[in-house]
Amino acid sequence: MPKINWFKYSSPQAFYPLIGKMIPWFTVLAVAFTLPGLYFGFFVAPPDYQQGESYRIMFIHVPAAWMSMFIYVVMAGYAGMGLVLNSRLSSMMASALAPTGAMFTFLALWTGALWGKPMWGTWWVWDARLTSELILLFLYIGFLSLQAAIDEPRRAARASAVLALVGVVNIPIIYFSVKWWNTLHQGASITVTKAPTMAASMFTAMILLTFAFWMYTIAVALMRVRCEILERERNSEWVAQAVGRSR
Amino acid sequence: MNRAGSVDFSLWGAFRCIVARDLTLAMRRRADVLTTLFFFVIVVSLFPLGIGPEMATLRIMAPGVVWVAALLASMLSLERMFSADYRDGTLEQMLLTPQPLPVLVLGKVFAHWLVSGLPLVLIAPLLGVQYDLPPEGLLILAVSLLVGTPVLSLIGAIGAGLTLGVRGGGVLVSLLVLPLYIPVLIFGAGGVDAAMSGLGAQAHLSLLGAFLLGALILAPWAAGAALRISME
Amino acid sequence: MLEVSNLECVRGDRRLFAGMNFSVQPGELLHVHGPNGSGKTSLLRMLCGLAAPAEGEIRWNGESIRSLREDYCKEMTYFGHLAGIKEELTALENLRVAVQLAGGDSAEDGLLDALDRMGLAGREDLPAKVLSQGQKRRVALARLLLCPTRLWILDEPFTALDVTAVKMVQQLLSEHLHNGGMVVLTTHQEVDIPAGTVRRIHLN
Repeated sequence: MPKINWFKYSSPQAFYPLIGKMIPWFTVLAVAFTLPGLYFGFFVAPPDYQQGESYRIMFIHVPAAWMSMFIYVVMAGYAGMGLVLNSRLSSMMASALAPTGAMFTFLALWTGALWGKPMWGTWWVWDARLTSELILLFLYIGFLSLQAAIDEPRRAARASAVLALVGVVNIPIIYFSVKWWNTLHQGASITVTKAPTMAASMFTAMILLTFAFWMYTIAVALMRVRCEILERERNSEWVAQAVGRSR
Repeated sequence: MNRAGSVDFSLWGAFRCIVARDLTLAMRRRADVLTTLFFFVIVVSLFPLGIGPEMATLRIMAPGVVWVAALLASMLSLERMFSADYRDGTLEQMLLTPQPLPVLVLGKVFAHWLVSGLPLVLIAPLLGVQYDLPPEGLLILAVSLLVGTPVLSLIGAIGAGLTLGVRGGGVLVSLLVLPLYIPVLIFGAGGVDAAMSGLGAQAHLSLLGAFLLGALILAPWAAGAALRISME
Repeated sequence: MLEVSNLECVRGDRRLFAGMNFSVQPGELLHVHGPNGSGKTSLLRMLCGLAAPAEGEIRWNGESIRSLREDYCKEMTYFGHLAGIKEELTALENLRVAVQLAGGDSAEDGLLDALDRMGLAGREDLPAKVLSQGQKRRVALARLLLCPTRLWILDEPFTALDVTAVKMVQQLLSEHLHNGGMVVLTTHQEVDIPAGTVRRIHLN
């Protein structure tokens, strides 16, 4: 057959070996972006004239924050696809992305706090972005705990998909509410400074690390999907063969 | 023996039937209704004990305290929305009626709000007096709760539907639902603040109204989907 | 007509049945039997649209019940393990709500007649919580008299019923079949229905 049947890959059995081949590539890419990214971030980029060296945590913080939001949207997309098209693989992708998304959200909060201490003198400020990031973490936790609380895999996938979709509709509303709340209540003292003009090397580092995080996310999510496929199909013939062979 | 000619039964009829049924049920289990209300009153009354009787501080905190307590009270009452019907099989029957599920969900949410949300709205001004809120603050507090608590019930219905029959459902539902309540909290409490500082609460109240409209349109569908998933 | 093709049911890790095909024509009764845990209730829940099959399709008059949904519910009555009776409501109120939502005729006389026929005369205004298990199930079964549906899906309808009530329900079923209705039921008791065709499916 000259044509590739793409739908073939929506069945777990067909997808499983393909994922196996994809994971090393994405892992290599993740490392390949991380190393120069960190090099640019720590050695090439000049120190900030206001914040000195401490601003360098931004190279982790900003990509992590971007990824945390991006992953939620992708996750909700997969979850919605799983719900509407009834495809198990999409649901698996959604649940595989959630822990990584939660991890990046937590990382963004943690590095934000570390950055806040030298800049504002406190670990935590109720800044609009930090607050919405915190709420995003709550949304991830809700998704993960709903999934964990339901034993039946099909129901777990579908219920958490509804939650993810409700969450994704709400995220903009939450974000703007928090922003509005923040501008109303804000004392004059605190504003998150945006680097006004970024040096080219800073920009390079940030982009490289964003790509690194991205590749890492794909690699890890695929690994989780692989485990999930094995677990769900553990009674089938092909899993017995696949596992038997690699033993 | 199958009688032909079923009575024309409109959507409004289905809605009314569910509301009447749930209100009758609530009337026969009055204690359940009162617990939510007393919870609300007690939580609000605890804050001064934790913070101190300084009236100036309390006045600043009042809108937030009352609103957070309303959030918690509304969340606690969610468990009652579907779980009794789930246990005795009436929910199953509802899913199999020829009536559109969102309409039935809307009926249940409305009845639930009448029983658990409206009493909070009515008693809130009294609690505001405890915190020495000025009259305009009291008015806006009641109005913002009147517009905001239905949103809480609507969003809560989704969480209640999703956690139906799940172990630890009561705690789980708070994890799912409370983050989604945040915009209502911000604009509800913010409105009272704005009214007290003389800025006017119109913007806040209109936004709460917009949330209510959005929730009325979307939440019954989502809650209906959640119920179908939970019944499988 | 109800048709089932290539139906598969999976519970947890276990495949309860697969490749199931059958159809129910007007005037036919399908008796599903099998030991506990063989998937009788799962099958019935799929047939009424509450549960989704792992594989296969269920069609009503040629259309999938998934796409028909409310239109299918208009023609089908399901009676499950749970009677669906509210303890705090009276027998009459319970029946009225059920019939109204099912789109049946909820005139007071009809409701009272139905309860009377189910042997509940004089108990219409008692709250359901003082009724016995069997009486509650009678209230729930009274629905069948008032909802003009063609397909009845009954999961263990005879549980907790006494001999006279069982006879009466069997009478009801035979009338329904006689009028061109369809019945799918599970029961451990022998089905003794004079009219109509009785077919059996055995699950194991």
